[in-house]
Amino acid sequence: MASFKKTNASPTRITTAGMQLGSVAACVLVWHFASTLRIDLGIITFSNVPTPQAVVSAIWQLLQSNALLPHLGSSLARVFSGYVMAAIVGVTLGLVIGRSRKAENWLMPPLELLRPIPAVAWIPLAILMFPSSEASMIFITFTGALFPILLNTIHGVEAVDPRLIASSRSLGASPRAILREVVLPGALPSIFTGLSIGMGTSWFCLVTAEMISGQWGIGYYTWSSYVIQNYADIVVGMLLIGLLGMGSSWLIKRIGDWLTPWYRLQGKS
Amino acid sequence: MTIYQNNSADYQHHSSDKSNRNPAIALGEINAQQLSIRLGTGVSEFEAVQAVDFNIQPGEFVCLLGPSGCGKSTLLGALAGHIIPANGVLEVDGQTINGPSPERGMVFQHHTLFPWLNVVDNVAFGLKMRGVNKAERHAQALEMLQQVGLHDVANRWPSQLSGGMQQRVEIARVLINKPRLLLMDEPFGALDAQTRLKMQQLLLDIWGRIRTTLVFVTHDIDEALFLADRILVMSPRPGRFIENLPVNFARPRTTELVTTPEFMQLKRHCLDLLSHEEGRQLPRLSPLGLPPQTRIAV
Repeated sequence: MASFKKTNASPTRITTAGMQLGSVAACVLVWHFASTLRIDLGIITFSNVPTPQAVVSAIWQLLQSNALLPHLGSSLARVFSGYVMAAIVGVTLGLVIGRSRKAENWLMPPLELLRPIPAVAWIPLAILMFPSSEASMIFITFTGALFPILLNTIHGVEAVDPRLIASSRSLGASPRAILREVVLPGALPSIFTGLSIGMGTSWFCLVTAEMISGQWGIGYYTWSSYVIQNYADIVVGMLLIGLLGMGSSWLIKRIGDWLTPWYRLQGKS
Repeated sequence: MTIYQNNSADYQHHSSDKSNRNPAIALGEINAQQLSIRLGTGVSEFEAVQAVDFNIQPGEFVCLLGPSGCGKSTLLGALAGHIIPANGVLEVDGQTINGPSPERGMVFQHHTLFPWLNVVDNVAFGLKMRGVNKAERHAQALEMLQQVGLHDVANRWPSQLSGGMQQRVEIARVLINKPRLLLMDEPFGALDAQTRLKMQQLLLDIWGRIRTTLVFVTHDIDEALFLADRILVMSPRPGRFIENLPVNFARPRTTELVTTPEFMQLKRHCLDLLSHEEGRQLPRLSPLGLPPQTRIAV
């Protein structure tokens, strides 16, 4: 249905890619003029914003310095660990809460209470709770990813057509088989939506998490560049986080599409 | 449920007695006595089916005919085991119904095929639940699909099929369990007239080969007269039977039947039975109870 609206303009794949690249190029162009002309609009000023050229040379320096790989490696390891744990906990809790009203009554109130707490507010407690700073950083990326995964799983489980569950019971499915063969696949598209959003929010919390870090990490790099007033490097860090977050969300989405081939067909017939 | 647990031991004894005497006896006999079904809770609770008595013989094709909201789907839901009756006796082959079972296959108005399984895996689902290995269950499922004329779409997704094909797959998926009862809730109600006619003939054809007791819910008089051995006509709320109408047209039946004077006469009779209820519109009930009841206990 949604694709129906989009096909009105009926662009080919190449013109679509061209439009997407063009919009990014336009953003860079606006940035270029705003920063080189030091535009000052009163409520917002670009006079201290580094220019694209400065950022490109900062990227070049980072590439030359051999520091990029350790930065990337530490950040990827933290995001990946936190995210995997959030996926396991989020999907498991989501299935239980979505299926059982009792579990919902018991588990949802504390979870709803914890949900609005921003990652940055967790820093002191994370430092107090975990013996190593590495574990506290992983915990913070975990909190970032957990809630989108949990809520989308619950939503997906609750949206499974009750007639499908009734039918599976009439076909001899046990409660365990219903969970495995009906509820889980039925909720899978929604679970992957959560996993994809969770991937993004996990990166979102990275700078916060790596404020604790002593030496490595893209988030640490970004934050320390601000502390030492190296403004071009801040933008480099921001761009790296944006790219990695976008790339890994895209990867999760592709895995989701691959595991739910039936889902794309629905509504098109 | 608790009400007839006292009796169930009695009836089970009765049934084992029967099967000892004649092990080859056909299965799928339905017996209901003073059966009442209540839906809703608190002040909105109402009696959807009120103290009905009926008996359906093994292999019989019975249509439940009545206007929308009369409780015929609710009764079907109770036979499937999705709805627990408030009072009375409801047994299949002497055994009290106390939950869904693959022995009582259910086909809804809109298909309930699993969108994440292709056609053959959907049909094989019941066998998978029984632990049949993959090669064996695929072989059986393909054979079943052949019976409904759909073996060539075995690898498609359900969403790629037409409405009529989806219902044929649904029927194959239920029949693979060799059920004692086939329960159908207006299964062709959402199809266009042409497809509906074809499906009715296909159903009679399949039923001719696989003689299972068939309870078919419809509000379409033509459909009921064309298909059934017997029609139980229901009145709306509280649902009760107002007529037990034998339909003695010879089988196999063809579409010519619907234009014969005998058919017209019975149709007139059914119209008269249902006409005095005109002007009362009740919300459609489903075999799963009332619409807001989305969660089903496992």
